[in-house]
Amino acid sequence: MIECSKIEKSYIVGGSQMPVLHGITFTVQTGEFLAIMGPSGSGKSTLMNIVGCLDSPSSGTYLLDHQDVSQLSDDELAEIRNRKIGFVFQSFNLLKRASVLRNVGLPLIYAGIDKDEREARAVESLRMASFPEEFWGHLPNQLSGGMMQRVAIARSLVNNPLLILADEPTGNLDTKTGEVVLDTFQRLNMKEGRTIILITHELYVAEHAQRIIHIRDGAIIEDKPVEHRRMANGNHYESK
Amino acid sequence: MKVSDIFEETSFALLANKVRSGLTILGIVIGIASVIAMVSIGQGAQGTIQSSIEGLGSNLLTISPGAAQQGRGFVSSGRGGVQTLKSTDADAIAGLNGVQSVSPELQRRYQITSQVGNNTNVTVIGVREEYAAVRNTAVQSGIFITSANDRSMSHVAVIGLTTATDLFGEGADPLGKTIRINKMNFKVIGVLKAKGGSGFFNPDDTVLIPLSTMQKVLSGSDSLSTIAVSVVAKDQMALIKEEATGLLTERHHVAEPDFSIVSQEDILGTLSQVTTTFTLFLASIAGISLLVGGIGIMNMMLTAVTERTREIGLRKAIGARRKDITIQFLAEAMMLTFIGGAMGIALGWMIASGIARLAGIATIVSVQAIVLASSVSIGIGVLFGYYPARRAAELNPIDALRYE
Repeated sequence: MIECSKIEKSYIVGGSQMPVLHGITFTVQTGEFLAIMGPSGSGKSTLMNIVGCLDSPSSGTYLLDHQDVSQLSDDELAEIRNRKIGFVFQSFNLLKRASVLRNVGLPLIYAGIDKDEREARAVESLRMASFPEEFWGHLPNQLSGGMMQRVAIARSLVNNPLLILADEPTGNLDTKTGEVVLDTFQRLNMKEGRTIILITHELYVAEHAQRIIHIRDGAIIEDKPVEHRRMANGNHYESK
Repeated sequence: MKVSDIFEETSFALLANKVRSGLTILGIVIGIASVIAMVSIGQGAQGTIQSSIEGLGSNLLTISPGAAQQGRGFVSSGRGGVQTLKSTDADAIAGLNGVQSVSPELQRRYQITSQVGNNTNVTVIGVREEYAAVRNTAVQSGIFITSANDRSMSHVAVIGLTTATDLFGEGADPLGKTIRINKMNFKVIGVLKAKGGSGFFNPDDTVLIPLSTMQKVLSGSDSLSTIAVSVVAKDQMALIKEEATGLLTERHHVAEPDFSIVSQEDILGTLSQVTTTFTLFLASIAGISLLVGGIGIMNMMLTAVTERTREIGLRKAIGARRKDITIQFLAEAMMLTFIGGAMGIALGWMIASGIARLAGIATIVSVQAIVLASSVSIGIGVLFGYYPARRAAELNPIDALRYE
């Protein structure tokens, strides 16, 4: 589903080119749960931005769902993001003054979907993220961090995306609530067959995925399946 | 993005910051209200002047002896200096097509005394009976000068209200009494209705006597100081002015006119130029506060864009295009100005009627002023909202999401 080949990215800093990514090549199959790991400064955020269609590579090709998205304009990329990608951020990025339900339905506004349909689909994805119903009308600041991140996960599901991209989703959470979030991802992957890419710098978190790509200094140094996969909260889901 | 969604998102964003939105709206309210109020004062003044000029007689052409001098206007045309206009000129003009009525007039100032012993210096005008119709005047008691009076050179007078008070005292009935004009006795046969002053000439402080009496007995001159011509239709004014000019030039055997013709429109034109300048002046002062209000909007929107950088980043990440962001912020600015504009029109209207009631100045809130104010306020929304909206739309989603 994702085919990256020879992706290069460099920024111009103070008049000289500063390369960040050197020839990244990898593929992701539909239904895979992949973790991208690397220390800060390794270029994993830049890679995430490219995979998430927030940025375009300087050279190389990126096929998302058989479509070359490496040369699209900003607005075309926005449309791809709207239809095919769901984002989960470290800092949740929920609208402070909007209810849980409204936050979850937000991406559908830009797809031109009307209000009733938005609400119905927001309810569906909140259920999928197993978010308790009594908090649907709450504002984000009335919720705990773990709850907020599950609202963000529900939001990432609402447009029924091909790919969920989670950037350090447990970074602002303690271990226990982090487990709950990771459990949600594992369940979505195994029971719903969602494709998930998790970006993290912690091995412990990365080991919840099926496969880990290690990045250092803008290049892939290792790409292999996880041998002893961690299951959050000791749960075991049957693969679909 | 659907229109209903834009509206919802916009009201949501504005309600989130009620105090700030309210203060920004207040800026626009004050701006629009002062424009409406100021323009209403200007237009009110214009209306008052127009109706008082039209009260002097509508569709009126005034012919005076002496050529109008370039650059000196109608006020100083050489009255009394030359004596080129004759009664026969007036009769000739009366024969022109489209002329309703002609009033030949001779005007001098004389000392007048009453039997009571009061004396006053007033304008005495020799007139025919057409004067009443042409000059839009009438008697409040007694009768006006008749053509019989004129034929027989009667010693009768119709006096203005101010003159009557000056000569006979407040409330006295001057009808039938005798006044002395230049040591000659005249019998008062009528008192004119009050008209109110109109600038340089007070029509209430005059004495009207038959034209023949004026020419033959008092002044000893058969010339006229004015020929007032009323025209049937307003759109014929220019044509008749031209015809009368030709006719009189020919009758006087001169190459260049030795007289001047001023129409009511010329006077109105000059005065409305003055009031238009006055209105513009008031409106531009008020416009400054509108401008300040607009800058307030821009200020608020720029603050909002900075404050909501992460929100913008998120919206872009989940699929908002440049256009969606631009429209959202532009809609917020326009909603502020729309609400401010509507409230401003209402407030301006109230101020205008308050001024009319308390200060006694006529004010007119015209449809034009409202349309102008509304379009200006919407224009301000677009103008001052566009820059912040563009800034929001051009934010890079990656940087915006990381913004602290």
